[in-house]
Amino acid sequence: MSNQALPRPRFNPPEPGRASKADLKIESRTAPLLQGKVSEIPDAVFGWAMRLCGVAVVALLGLIVYELIVGSQLSWHAFGLKFFGGQDWNPVEEQFGALPFIYGTLVSSLLSLVIAVPLAVGVAVFITEMCPVALRGPLSFTTELLAAIPSVIYGLWAIFILVPLLRTYVQPFLATTLGWTGLFSGPPYGIGMLAAGVILAIMIIPIISSITREVLTVVPQHQREAVLALGATRWEMIRIGVLRNARAGIVGAVILGLGRALGETMAVTMVIGNRAEIAKSLFAPGYTMASVLANEFTEATGDVYLSALIEIGLALFLVTIVVNAMARLLVWSVTRGQPAKGVV
Amino acid sequence: MSTAPTAIVIPPISLWRRFVDRAMTGVAVLTVILVLLPLFAIFAYLVYKGIGSINWAFLTQTPKPVGEAGGGMANAIVGSMVILAIASLLGVPLGIGAGIYLSEYGRNRYGDAVRFISDVLNGVPSIVIGIVAYAIVVMRQKHFSALAGGVALAIMMVPTIARTTEQMLLLVPQAIREAAYGLGVSRWRTTLSITLRTATSGVITGVMLAFARVAGETAPLLFTAFGNQFWNWKTDQPIAALSLQIFTYAISPFDEWHRQAWAGALVLIILIVSAVTAVRIAVRRGTLAGA
Amino acid sequence: MGVGITVEHLNAFYGKTQALFDINLTVLANHATALIGPSGCGKSTFIRCLNRMHETIPDARVEGKVRIGEFSVYNGTSATQLRRRVGMVFQKPNPFPTMSIYDNVAAGLKLNGFGNRKQLDEIVEKSLNSSALWGEVKDSLHKKSGASLSGGQQQRLCIARALAVQPEVLLMDEPCSALDPISTGKIEDLIFQLKEQYTIVIVTHNMQQAARVAEFTGFFLLGKMIEFDKTEKVFTNPSDKRTEDYVTGRFG
Repeated sequence: MSNQALPRPRFNPPEPGRASKADLKIESRTAPLLQGKVSEIPDAVFGWAMRLCGVAVVALLGLIVYELIVGSQLSWHAFGLKFFGGQDWNPVEEQFGALPFIYGTLVSSLLSLVIAVPLAVGVAVFITEMCPVALRGPLSFTTELLAAIPSVIYGLWAIFILVPLLRTYVQPFLATTLGWTGLFSGPPYGIGMLAAGVILAIMIIPIISSITREVLTVVPQHQREAVLALGATRWEMIRIGVLRNARAGIVGAVILGLGRALGETMAVTMVIGNRAEIAKSLFAPGYTMASVLANEFTEATGDVYLSALIEIGLALFLVTIVVNAMARLLVWSVTRGQPAKGVV
Repeated sequence: MSTAPTAIVIPPISLWRRFVDRAMTGVAVLTVILVLLPLFAIFAYLVYKGIGSINWAFLTQTPKPVGEAGGGMANAIVGSMVILAIASLLGVPLGIGAGIYLSEYGRNRYGDAVRFISDVLNGVPSIVIGIVAYAIVVMRQKHFSALAGGVALAIMMVPTIARTTEQMLLLVPQAIREAAYGLGVSRWRTTLSITLRTATSGVITGVMLAFARVAGETAPLLFTAFGNQFWNWKTDQPIAALSLQIFTYAISPFDEWHRQAWAGALVLIILIVSAVTAVRIAVRRGTLAGA
Repeated sequence: MGVGITVEHLNAFYGKTQALFDINLTVLANHATALIGPSGCGKSTFIRCLNRMHETIPDARVEGKVRIGEFSVYNGTSATQLRRRVGMVFQKPNPFPTMSIYDNVAAGLKLNGFGNRKQLDEIVEKSLNSSALWGEVKDSLHKKSGASLSGGQQQRLCIARALAVQPEVLLMDEPCSALDPISTGKIEDLIFQLKEQYTIVIVTHNMQQAARVAEFTGFFLLGKMIEFDKTEKVFTNPSDKRTEDYVTGRFG
């Protein structure tokens, strides 16, 4: 509808092609230079080659599953589900029960979580919420440096430095103060479940810490400001405005740490004592699923022996996959799909 | 009637709350110290125990028989390099290819499946991968070899490289690809010469990170490369590796071997830390300039 | 010299959404044709259908016929081959960041297999001349990267890059909208002179710009082409009321 009140604006078209003041040397055009026929084949080949690489990744996982299942067939047929309940690991008599290893894996991992989680979350909170900005880079770099140390070097240090420390100071102390729990009884060898738990804790702190840091950073700034505006102290702001929001992600980070601890091999093998027994005391030596594989795989005489070991490998594989998948779902739900960088 | 609001007195923050706030800050600082302590302890002991034993003989000789002093880890250092070279040759192209797939061809549910499986692969314990490499290489060839070790490490490298390559390629703006398409450059050429080229420094970063991660691995080599006390140039025999040697020496009962284990560990950590630091510097200079 | 473009019953879709409805027009060779219209009216989609860039978006689809010169765009010719004869300049300048100025201009040739160094040198110089950038960069051709130039210079670099392939048609999608007035003026001068050798289709938000550089103008609205005529007529005496409302500023 034309509005009578508004006058129609006048359009003054400018002079088309005002004379160029610029001294333009437009070169004359030649025929198109690239006349040849373009083949679609290279594009198609490249596309399929790349898709093949993607398929290869899937195939790798399939290969792992296949080999583990095939390799454990003998043992599965021989023992069935009792394999996982049996306490007796006796290669000589061909009796294989995996319970001691399952027990050892669980206990060492849980112990490591108990030690690592408060420390890792504390470090993460410090770096993201309390630390002066200038220190943030160096501090996060140094914690990530912990992740770069190979497992065998942790084990080396653990054997010669950590274990004597435990044997001489820590274990006697624990025995006198907490011995009544039954968890700290027996001769203090140094080597044993406690040592494994401690070295595992040191190893999983970086990953729990770095994921927690990511999760904390994602908490929107206005959450913090809202709590502060109500007159909270900094710690109260952290507790209410940040940690509470990031709870799911932190749990995810912890479970990721658990996944790492479950599969850790070398350092644990070097300090856990390698004895396939279930004992209540943390001072006692133990054996984990990964350790028995490391120690006995090349010595396995007999097909059933080897198959039993591979079955342990299959169990370890399934457990870590489930744990890791759960963890990623939790972390993903908080950070919306951004994959963790670097350390993972 | 005056309706002026009565004065509200907000009590100052109670002493207890202030104390808790200070205390928690102290606790947080304590955790940082407790976490950094082992880090420094490990590095300190590595240097303290290892530095004395790193000498020319250590770096150039093979192990002496048990009981004799001296000898070195030359074959282990070289062996590690051979295994890592094989692993890189197998793992890097496959990883980068998978990354290109995920970024350029995989923005759909098939790509999502590959992405998920790649993350799952990342979490598989390295000893399990060693078992699989044993099954597919060692059992078929009936002997241990550097190839088997390389295959195991390659399987570990692929998921990491694929994901980082994908992320770096996604950082390249779509406008750059469109500029190339607009010029009539075919898709494969655009992907390689334009997109990948723009993301090069980031992709290299990812590759180096994967490399540094597998360089220190021991578990997957236990029953693939197996270890060797002597020089080995044949592909059909077990080969020494630095991490394996450290492990064997550390759990042995001989002091002489313990000493050398520390030296080997120091050499290994120096190599790895150099790689990680180089990556950090490259990231600061590289991706910011390139992407 | 340049070639004409014929478009018949062009319909374009993004998945289920239709963006262009039955477009018919003819672009004359060696003339500049402007496409105007409010935001979201489909003019960018249309121009991207001319060199099949529309297809690079997943789920995008085109129906209809387009002929450039003597060959049909949608039946038979490969998209890659087509794009070597139809150049494109984008709204935001997008030089290749890892390449020098020289390599940027030569990119369309080098990446397509053209290797002769001496000829490349000549072509680079000619193209930079044709986009009025030679004088400003001739001393740092290999030293400076394409991304280190100013906005206006980058866009002229992109024009040179497009010209180096010697296309017959040049498509420009709001080439000046991200630039300052002085750079805009330089580029408009360029377009006015380039059209003697190339056929130019330019999408623009700026009606004055259309009037300055183009002989023909098409007005798009909500995916349909409302009017297509000589620029003078479209602006001073449009046939359709909607066109009149747009050019007099009642909306858009």
